[in-house]
Amino acid sequence: MEALGKYFIFLGKLFVNRESFATYAKLVIDECMAIGINSIFLVSLVSFFMGAVTTIQTAYNLVSPLIPDYVISLVVRDMTILELAPTIIGVIYAGKVGSSMASGLGTMRISEQIDALEVMGINSTSYLVLPKLLGSIFMYPLLVILAGLLSIMGGYLAGQLTEVITPTEYIYGIRFEFNPYMVTFAMIKSFVFAFLVATISSFKGYYTTGGAVEVGKASTAAVTQSVIAILTADYLLAQLLLK
Amino acid sequence: MIKIENIHKSFQGKPILSGISGVFGQGKPNLIIGASGTGKSVLLKCIVGLITPDEGRIYYGDKEFTNASRDTKTEIRRDIGMLFQGGALFDSKTVEQNVMFPLDVLTKMPLAEKIDRVNFCLERVGLKGQNKKMPSEISGGMQKRVGIARAIVNNSRFLFCDEPNSGLDPQTSILIDDLILEITEEYNITTLVVTHDMNSVLGIGSRIMFLYQGLKSWEGTKDEITDSGVKEFDDFVFANKVMQRLR
Repeated sequence: MEALGKYFIFLGKLFVNRESFATYAKLVIDECMAIGINSIFLVSLVSFFMGAVTTIQTAYNLVSPLIPDYVISLVVRDMTILELAPTIIGVIYAGKVGSSMASGLGTMRISEQIDALEVMGINSTSYLVLPKLLGSIFMYPLLVILAGLLSIMGGYLAGQLTEVITPTEYIYGIRFEFNPYMVTFAMIKSFVFAFLVATISSFKGYYTTGGAVEVGKASTAAVTQSVIAILTADYLLAQLLLK
Repeated sequence: MIKIENIHKSFQGKPILSGISGVFGQGKPNLIIGASGTGKSVLLKCIVGLITPDEGRIYYGDKEFTNASRDTKTEIRRDIGMLFQGGALFDSKTVEQNVMFPLDVLTKMPLAEKIDRVNFCLERVGLKGQNKKMPSEISGGMQKRVGIARAIVNNSRFLFCDEPNSGLDPQTSILIDDLILEITEEYNITTLVVTHDMNSVLGIGSRIMFLYQGLKSWEGTKDEITDSGVKEFDDFVFANKVMQRLR
């Protein structure tokens, strides 16, 4: 409970006593580059294979001749948009970006760089964490959109290579009874997950005490707690928004 | 001038500072000395606001700092420069960007003017032409000098140095001490140095406060250290053989 209280106080500090807009604009752009651009390769790779494997496994399980082939791509589409793109990429995002945020801030803490900012009269929480949070909120939904597209493309290619579904049927299944609310739901999840990963990881890094070993521990704790938060939020959002 | 009154600080019930009071004047370096674990760095952190004291008051000039509003604290802090034990340079920024940082964030100075000011400060600390180097590419002594340049770039009225000579060879230590002395006298600023280095005490110890087990045990100048009459202080000052011989 004490840690939770400390976390909410930490969140409150993000929005008080800030520096000029111009200062943040540059920092946010830098964070967008670090968070978004540097994650594209890993996200693309995982998403592409995620779609491909989902296609093959769905085809393997659909053994009844009464079920049309286009159901395969329909399953790929729904799984990708509702769960795989926002949540699985969220877990990967926590591992890559979350650990980097925590270790970066942890190193700044133990080498007194955060103290140096505070002594200068700069709100270090806001200066260091707010750009990470904004960068995460801007970039993570874009990564999820990219992941969704590549996953569906991966499914398409796997379907052709293994001949479990024809291109026409795949496209038909993708478009069949498409509900745009699924995309809205995925985007809501993306914003929530981006917020959770950025704030939890920054919180763990910012309050690191000790030395190099503790920075490593903070980084591991950041990933673990971010993943738990993602999965909990995933369940709650599904319960709240898919009724 | 900085004034501290009755500063108390405990961690997990263990008292670290007990009723420390004192006045630190401008124009000459003020030294806080003592053996490891006597609360020097905690006192320094209380004074700059990194740690909140349990009791007591701190004044910067005529402004009370301890119970001041956030805005007043920010205003006071923008007059503070600090040299940290490890330099605390931003490792992803060049020497120039490190020194320029306070100007970038805290002022609206035009770029050309900022570059002039940075070059002036780097030249002042003997690092002319090192602008584009990264902190990892320069020595420990040079990092300390960059730290001093960053601390004075914003025309700070208060300079704090936490163990400025730690990890440095004796010659570089003297260089850093001389630099601190020169800057303090030249800009007539209030400088507070936390150290346990006797060379610093003898070199720049115009005003010295000695802490022992969280208490102020002795106060005086470097000329008075030989006849302090305080056993703990004598034990600290004459711990090494050179000082014993000098005695």
